[in-house]
Amino acid sequence: MAETTTTAAQSGMKPGRRPGTKKAALYAGIALLILLVPIYFQAAPGLGFLVRIFVIVGIWVLLALGLNIVVGYAGLLDLGYIAFYAMGAYAGVLIGQATSGVLGGATYWVMLIPGALAGAITGIALGFPVLRLRGDYLAIVTLGFGEIVRIALNNDFLGLSNGATGLPRGSEVMVQPGMIDWLSSNVHFMTPFGGEFVFTSNVFWYFVVVLLCLIAIVVINRLDDSRLGRAWVAMRENEVAAAACGINITTQKLWAFSLGALSGGVAGVTFAYVQQFISPESFTFMESVFVVCIVVLGGMGSIPGVIVGALLIKGIPDLIQGLAVAGVFKVSGDVNSMITGYRFLVFGLLMVVMMAVRPQGIIPSARRARELRPEDERILEEEDQQMWDVEHRDPGPVDHP
Amino acid sequence: MTFSYVVEQTINGVTLGGLYALVALGYTLVYGILLMINFAHSELFMMGGYVGLGVLKVLADPAVADKAGMGFLKPIQAFFMSGGVGFVALMVATFLVSAVVVGFLGVIIERFAYRPLRHAPRLAPLISAIGVSIFLQNAVLLWISSKQLPYSRADGVQFVTATTAFSVAGVDVSTMQVFIIVTSLVLLALLDTFVSKTRTGRAMRATSQDAEAAGLMGVDINRVIALAFFIGPALGAVAGVFNGMYYGSVKFNMGFIPGIKSFTAAVIGGIGNLRGAMLGGFMLGIIESLAAGFISNAYRDVIAFIVLILVLVFRPGGLLGEAVAEKV
Repeated sequence: MAETTTTAAQSGMKPGRRPGTKKAALYAGIALLILLVPIYFQAAPGLGFLVRIFVIVGIWVLLALGLNIVVGYAGLLDLGYIAFYAMGAYAGVLIGQATSGVLGGATYWVMLIPGALAGAITGIALGFPVLRLRGDYLAIVTLGFGEIVRIALNNDFLGLSNGATGLPRGSEVMVQPGMIDWLSSNVHFMTPFGGEFVFTSNVFWYFVVVLLCLIAIVVINRLDDSRLGRAWVAMRENEVAAAACGINITTQKLWAFSLGALSGGVAGVTFAYVQQFISPESFTFMESVFVVCIVVLGGMGSIPGVIVGALLIKGIPDLIQGLAVAGVFKVSGDVNSMITGYRFLVFGLLMVVMMAVRPQGIIPSARRARELRPEDERILEEEDQQMWDVEHRDPGPVDHP
Repeated sequence: MTFSYVVEQTINGVTLGGLYALVALGYTLVYGILLMINFAHSELFMMGGYVGLGVLKVLADPAVADKAGMGFLKPIQAFFMSGGVGFVALMVATFLVSAVVVGFLGVIIERFAYRPLRHAPRLAPLISAIGVSIFLQNAVLLWISSKQLPYSRADGVQFVTATTAFSVAGVDVSTMQVFIIVTSLVLLALLDTFVSKTRTGRAMRATSQDAEAAGLMGVDINRVIALAFFIGPALGAVAGVFNGMYYGSVKFNMGFIPGIKSFTAAVIGGIGNLRGAMLGGFMLGIIESLAAGFISNAYRDVIAFIVLILVLVFRPGGLLGEAVAEKV
């Protein structure tokens, strides 16, 4: 919840106003929270598994930030975003397995590069032919592309993906970053909350994911203010007008698509190394829809929005599921399938309701919030009417000299 | 790779094409009028399968009548299970109830999920439709069954026993296939006549050309849209029941892939164009069956998606559609 209040305050902070001590204090508060949360839960007896859930949620924040470039900034609805995530994951594992003998503990870090490239290249390869298409057609084509990738992976494409069984094959093991061993054997201390804190691999991944998210936030923030970001907004608002102003629509769309895909690829590699295993099951259409849900409900084009969206939509159900599975509280029946089902049921309903009552999302971007209100159009019409009335006013009896 | 294999695959393709065409009409009707992809249409197709199964179970499954308090069904079931007239009545009842129930479901969805968004940016109704689709799928998953349900009586007997109707070039054509192809062709012809000959049909065409102008000419736009949202899902429901009978089971996620393929069919023919959707449906069915038979069965869905991408890239207006320049 701390995040919610912060981001609300942040969006109230308009450019031009000097960042006050209040803002600095809020940032410090978030930083402290981010730092303490894993320490507290890792040390708390029986709750260590929650850190792993935070890791997965963090990966989804990264995914949502990436899709936000495509959907939020450029206004292109991509329903196959998970394909880039899959490409990153598979490229990371395949190349990583082939080179881990040389790279050893550095495998994950080096694999971020081919993972990101795999995502970006797939993004460009898909984007090139289809970006001429209009909004809803593009949505369907990207959906089809996502399915093609999943089916290809499922059918052991070119003998690389090992079909539905997934990677790594049989007895192979994925090499973990070397730092984990060192950290878990050297960093441990008693916490003031009681319980001993050990720097486990979960805590390690937690900080890696936080770092990746921070980098993504900074980069995207800068992009938003750049020439590219403004070109995206112009294009999103009116493609024809933007083209008339000299913006190369295809290039700008490709940039959005490939940058979003790159971020997806990085998330994919990280996911693969966290899970130590990948299979096509993790890359279904429903996962794509899930990321779209996060972006739409959080607030298209709003960085705090998608972060809160991911925390609420991925975090809360995962947390409930985790706690229920661990037996912290009792739920009757098959917990897993029930929570998965109800989660989607609620999200389906939420998407419909949100579109009707708050299409700009939980924390709207400043620009989006202004553009999606129907009453603005009414005001414009009223102004037009007034202008017309003034111009066509009956001048009344005029005295002719 | 014999000739009879080609014939066999073609017949399978035409059967599949009939189903696609029925579903594609729903996409095309709605798109023609509202310019939106009714993403929830595939779920209405799925609901059709479930409602149909429910009707069949109540009317012709002795296991249902044997349950406590359901004894009053026995004489009714005796009639429907008597064959001949009873069988025809059973089929009519199944398809009719399924079509009407799902049709009204479509109207309700339009009223609550799409109508409030009619003047919203284009992405809004699409996202709302995805929401409806997710909701329906999971409602069935949670409240009916997460498993595949056999499309047969509790004792495993099929409601419709498929026998060989006739043979072409040494290939047996089953009664089920004939049933599907004939029914879909009849329904398509009926819809085509309705839209091109009747007064209401003219109102629909007028709305699809220019909703505002049609409204000024006295057409009740909301009624026309509601009608499109009744007819489309009703036809989709018929396809859903056929799908259940043909493949022998229903599942909560059965709509997704056929839905995308039917949308592809609508796009191939030129979205918004009814005859185009029918043509596209049969074409895609045949292409898919032949490709599955001669290239790879595992990649049959991929082939449909590739066809979709190729059509959208090279001929976005479709075969019978016209290229529409964007008005500024």
